[in-house]
Amino acid sequence: MKLKLRIWRQPNPEAKGKMVSYVLDDVSEDASFLEMLDVLNEQLIADGEDPVAFDHDCREGICGACSLVIDGQPHGPQAATTTCQLHMRKFRDGDIIDIEPWRAGAFPVVKDLVVDRTAFDRIIAAGGYISAPTGTAPDAHAAPIPKQDADAAFSAAACIGCGACVAACPNGSGMLFMAAKVTHLGLMPQCQPERATRVLGMVAEHDAAGFGGCTNTGECASACPKEIGLDVIGRLNRDFRKAAARAA
Amino acid sequence: MSANEYYTDGDPVADTKAPAGPISERWEQRRFSGRLVNPSNRRKLRVIVVGTGLAGASAAATLGELGYRVSNYCFQDSPRRAHSIAAQGGINAAKNYRNDGDSVHRLFYDTVKGGDFRSRESNVHRLAEVSTEIIDQCVAQGVPFAREYGGLLDNRSFGGAQVSRTFYARGQTGQQLLLGAYQALERQVAAGTVELHTRHEMLELVVVDGRARGIVVRDLVTGETTTEIADAVVLATGGYGNVFFLSTNAKGCNVTASWRAHRQGAYFANPCYTQIHPTCIPQSGDHQSKLTLMSESLRNDGRVWVPTERGDERAPGDIPEAERDYYLERRYPAFGNLVPRDIASRAAKAVCDEGRGVGPGGLGVYLDFADAIARLGEDAVKARYGNLFDMYERITGENPYERPMRIYPAVHYTMGGLWVDYDLQSNIPGLFVTGEANFSDHGANRLGASALMQGLSDGYFVLPNTISDYLADGPFEAVADDHEAVAAARASVNERVEFFLNNDGDRTVDSFHRELGKIMWEYCGMERTDEGLRKAIGLIRDLKDEFYERVKVPGTGAELNQQLEKAGRVADFFELGELMCIDALHRAESCGGHFRAESQTEDGEARRDDERFSYVAAWEFAGEAPVLHKEDLEFEYVKPTQRSYK
Repeated sequence: MKLKLRIWRQPNPEAKGKMVSYVLDDVSEDASFLEMLDVLNEQLIADGEDPVAFDHDCREGICGACSLVIDGQPHGPQAATTTCQLHMRKFRDGDIIDIEPWRAGAFPVVKDLVVDRTAFDRIIAAGGYISAPTGTAPDAHAAPIPKQDADAAFSAAACIGCGACVAACPNGSGMLFMAAKVTHLGLMPQCQPERATRVLGMVAEHDAAGFGGCTNTGECASACPKEIGLDVIGRLNRDFRKAAARAA
Repeated sequence: MSANEYYTDGDPVADTKAPAGPISERWEQRRFSGRLVNPSNRRKLRVIVVGTGLAGASAAATLGELGYRVSNYCFQDSPRRAHSIAAQGGINAAKNYRNDGDSVHRLFYDTVKGGDFRSRESNVHRLAEVSTEIIDQCVAQGVPFAREYGGLLDNRSFGGAQVSRTFYARGQTGQQLLLGAYQALERQVAAGTVELHTRHEMLELVVVDGRARGIVVRDLVTGETTTEIADAVVLATGGYGNVFFLSTNAKGCNVTASWRAHRQGAYFANPCYTQIHPTCIPQSGDHQSKLTLMSESLRNDGRVWVPTERGDERAPGDIPEAERDYYLERRYPAFGNLVPRDIASRAAKAVCDEGRGVGPGGLGVYLDFADAIARLGEDAVKARYGNLFDMYERITGENPYERPMRIYPAVHYTMGGLWVDYDLQSNIPGLFVTGEANFSDHGANRLGASALMQGLSDGYFVLPNTISDYLADGPFEAVADDHEAVAAARASVNERVEFFLNNDGDRTVDSFHRELGKIMWEYCGMERTDEGLRKAIGLIRDLKDEFYERVKVPGTGAELNQQLEKAGRVADFFELGELMCIDALHRAESCGGHFRAESQTEDGEARRDDERFSYVAAWEFAGEAPVLHKEDLEFEYVKPTQRSYK
């Protein structure tokens, strides 16, 4: 199929970026979206132009590296699918496709479609863990966990840290990401001692990093490739209110 | 006397740290004999850890908890993206929670046998011992393993094991284990014991007075190269499957850290041992950039078949039962569809070579769930494999509930790696190697659900205990930034970068990588021959020359330049690929993931040659012709037998 691509080009963080058009004549519908960009880059290099920089690694939907806004939607048109798992058969011959980076105050552009997401790591460092130094663990069966809690914890833990939730949110909020971790850990009995300090620490770091507040638009959950639901944000808010009241 | 003209023989190499005595006491004995570092002295010692996968993040976090000063590097934008994240199936541990006869000794036995008697008994026994502590540790970190209704942990049988010892978290076990390690790591970052450097790639090892003392890293965003000095260096940089271009590895996986260390003197052991995974989604065209694994657990319920007649182009549903060949069930009645990975892969290649393959190019076999759906119902099949079926449909556009999946083998894991002793120390003092990057525990073939076990065993429990014996002699003398060795390492990195940027070429890095991958897959893939390997060495050398002549790298060195990153990695893959072929050529036996066509039984099964090849091949870099150092393997507890899955 023949495609016209309009891609955000920005040589470095300080430069002013712009959309640049490219035409690809012969794209296989079996190719993945990133493979289509590989083909474009091979063509650009052959023509002596600078190839398009984009983050990617596992290309099987689990590492969370790929991060493209495709036609205005983080990870593109297919629900529950990361950019790397999106295939060209979802597009039609003659389509014009806009490709942009995540856009959020807390995720500055590094180059072209690559953004800096280290703010997510800082949020985890501010409390998204259990203090269990190596060697201190009791037997794994010491504390049974009801299956429904374990399953719910798993569903929240499925977050891949890609940041689509932030890119989709009109406020650039990282609430869904943070709430997924708070929910995962909050459902585990071994996580209770740090439950209050965790949520206070993470929220403080989230706000300091420049993420916006949550106004319940729900865009985050619909963009999430791992289908993490809005309910986790309710849980985060309850934990936060309790912890803040106790700390006050 | 070397067996061919491509290498020369050197002195044997021995594992001088391996304790003697009863095997079940060796690890305890080594922990006692190894020297310790006083807690107040630990903060004076700096350790560099390269890599943030299971083996790297767990080591960095644990060393930080112990009080060492740790600097941790990864090329990804976040430590959580390391490729351990993609492991699907599970992690083995000898907990015997099922009361089905499992034990540390049985896990040890299965792993030595599964490795086709090419691993060290002492190392494997330690791995089996430590396995139970790993599960405890991960649960304490909040890893959401699958549980039963009673609230206790669920287990499954995996990869043909006769006991249920595999712990799992749906199809995302690697992700959950890595997030556990990553969170422990971030906790140490907050505590100030670990300094984390993301988007930094190690491009050289710095060796001063015979000790590994640091690394040269390039900041991938600014392009700046700096030298980092420490008292010890740990490489946890993963495997080298991407030498094949198409593999199940992430695109960024590379051998550069290991290879630069190899060029500085570290031995590279058993490079030809590669694992080809039987259940991957076949290639769909020339644009293909990687292959996607479908969990091995699918073989528990799926039946593998191809048409009886070659060139049968009918849709699978139109082929009657009598005209289907369930070749695994036919050839291996005892294990059927659950034979080990190497056997299932080779059998798939054999039927495709006969012209009975299905799908584009005839490179695929069917994995059919019709019987399972009839027996269990679609809902039950969906509950077990739903996410995998969805993934298959996203990639191929075909619905596996209605039409059998097409699968084909793909490179998945590399058992070879840098040579290490029992302490996980390479032959360069101060250079330690953990996880897939070392060669130590899987022999010639890795069992399913053992990679996660080894990565975490090395990082949480083994390395933090063994490295103190080395660090007890530290802190070592300060190394100035203008020291001869430092300046030389940095100059070699800068020269290489400048070369690529200034080369007046006309071919892209990827075009060379693809071509190299094809040579490796054709001649050093599932089946290897003397003639083919010799041919491959010639082809690789010619292509390497052409690479240096014609490769074109756009952009500058002072910015994010992904083509430049790739160029350096592919340059190292050329040299590794050649060594893999030389290793495969010299090992004129079939064992595990290494199948030599000349060494097979009358019915086409692998024939090992213990008389001649019961050793680890540790290669020393010496320019064109590497030097072979042999480490003899001894089996006191598990007597070598030919594997049989009939």
